[in-house]
Amino acid sequence: MLETYLVPLLKIVVLLNAVLVAVTYMVLLERKVIAWVQVRLGPMRVGPHGVLQPIADAIKLLLKEDITPARADRWVFTLAPIVSMVPALIAFAVIPFDSAITLFGYPITMYVADINVGLLYIVATTSISVYGIILAGYASNSKFPLLAGLRASAQLISYEVAITMMLVSLVVMAGTLSMVGIVRAQLEAGMWYVFVQPVAFVILFIGGLAETNRAPFDLPEAEQELTGGFHTEYSGMRFALFFLAEYANMIVVSAVATTLFLGGWLRPFPNVGALAFLDLVPGWIWFLGKTFVFLYVFIWIRATLPRYRYDQLMRLGWKVLIPLAIANLVVTGLLKVLL
Amino acid sequence: MLEAIVFYTLAVFTLGFGVLVITARNTVHSVLFLVANFLCVAVLYVALAAEFLAVIQVLVYAGGIVVLYLFVVMLVNLKAIPEAQLDPARRSRLGFAIAAALLVEVSAILVYAGQRAGPAAPAAVDTPARGNTELVGWLLYTDFLIPFELASVLLLVAMIGAILLARREA
Amino acid sequence: MSPITPYHYLVLSAALFTIGVLGVMLRRNIIIIFMSIELMLNAVNISLAAFSDQWQNAIGQVFAIFVIAVAAAEAAVGLGIILAFFRNKDTLNIDDMNGLRW
Repeated sequence: MLETYLVPLLKIVVLLNAVLVAVTYMVLLERKVIAWVQVRLGPMRVGPHGVLQPIADAIKLLLKEDITPARADRWVFTLAPIVSMVPALIAFAVIPFDSAITLFGYPITMYVADINVGLLYIVATTSISVYGIILAGYASNSKFPLLAGLRASAQLISYEVAITMMLVSLVVMAGTLSMVGIVRAQLEAGMWYVFVQPVAFVILFIGGLAETNRAPFDLPEAEQELTGGFHTEYSGMRFALFFLAEYANMIVVSAVATTLFLGGWLRPFPNVGALAFLDLVPGWIWFLGKTFVFLYVFIWIRATLPRYRYDQLMRLGWKVLIPLAIANLVVTGLLKVLL
Repeated sequence: MLEAIVFYTLAVFTLGFGVLVITARNTVHSVLFLVANFLCVAVLYVALAAEFLAVIQVLVYAGGIVVLYLFVVMLVNLKAIPEAQLDPARRSRLGFAIAAALLVEVSAILVYAGQRAGPAAPAAVDTPARGNTELVGWLLYTDFLIPFELASVLLLVAMIGAILLARREA
Repeated sequence: MSPITPYHYLVLSAALFTIGVLGVMLRRNIIIIFMSIELMLNAVNISLAAFSDQWQNAIGQVFAIFVIAVAAAEAAVGLGIILAFFRNKDTLNIDDMNGLRW
């Protein structure tokens, strides 16, 4: 009785705190990595090597004046950042960090819930987060944010189609929609799915970049375009909430890519017995390491590539990624039946 | 006990948001209440052990169809149309009368059906313990294959039709 | 408290359907009328899912999925018509949508 309610509650508390701290320190990570790419040092002043910079940023944003535009819809204006942030946080409920660890003699599973539609649940939460952008653009009662919001949401729903098609071919491979089930299928197959479905991996990566409004697909929020995009009229903590939501979405996409393609908590070459010494490293450290690699690549791409124009972006989504995903699905289905 | 609390809470929220959909002044608020209504209905589906339907409801209905409604509302709002107010002098009496008649009729059916003997226990279907998604997928691809294909043709026709209708004549 | 039977879900479905009917009857904005139609379709889906749970058969849920697909098609075409109409006549009031030619 106590265990069915207390243990998930504790897991949720620990997970939310960890995610929020990680999201805050992603700000510092991004500034540091982009600085190193550009041969400079980044934040160095606050704390040793700038480690306390996110705390300084948080204090600054909390103390800023909270402006609501005149004749803006106040309820929707307040609701938009919340609708942006909450789906990113609740998507973590189905991400498995490890299979089970033993803590004080109790076996505890390292995921909050293992529902048997886990993958669809994550896609559903990303489709709810589109509302945050549309509502932010609408509630600002100003033409630039409205158009930018509509453009951004059109971009998001276009790439959502490509990602969903690609996930179907992955489900055909694994035979189950549950996230834990997909990792177990990779364990049984003996290799990570990135080697079996490289096209799907590429589509997920590009689609993930577009879904989280990251460069080179960050046209909706770039300062040089449409004067700041859908969050032009936001200031202070609400503006910070949009950006934290973007980083949280990035972590979700990285974690999902790790679970689906890089084997989740499995070590490299999970079936090769000679490498069993690698099992000394617990599974969740492998998971966090792989997720961190993805986050680093996201930031690296932002520092390197120029921005796509909007029509090039939509053309890539509709005319390249969706046919590629459908072709991948057809080939996967054929091979699964014939082999 | 827990099931009763969940059901009554969800029922109150669903009906409450439904009433707010039809009585909100601002169309955008109406659409937002519709989204909240759909999310409550999705949780009701989970309570009915139909989790695939619940996720499809959120993904397609709340995350696709209502986004379409919101787009259209925004595109129309760009021209700033004054919202038509509820006009109590015109149709409301007839509207309430028809809705009351419908409610009485449906309640009569429910009461009558509730007083008869309940249906026989469900026949022991010989399906193994499969997940809900697998069951639904199995049915869609074996017993209901033709409706499935027809539905996909319908969606294709609707997509082409919507593009043709909403296109600006160059 | 009595256990939750499918009966409870049917009552909820009937109430939601009636709210949808009220919306169609009382409001004059065509988009609100469309949304009330979506409320009615949802009410029907709830009763289908409740029956599927009662009979332990997934056919009700399959039917509900078809209802969702048809609702998507209807919403797309209906909103296309509304946009085309709005471009010509600049109104969303269904009292003004009463001429076959103008």
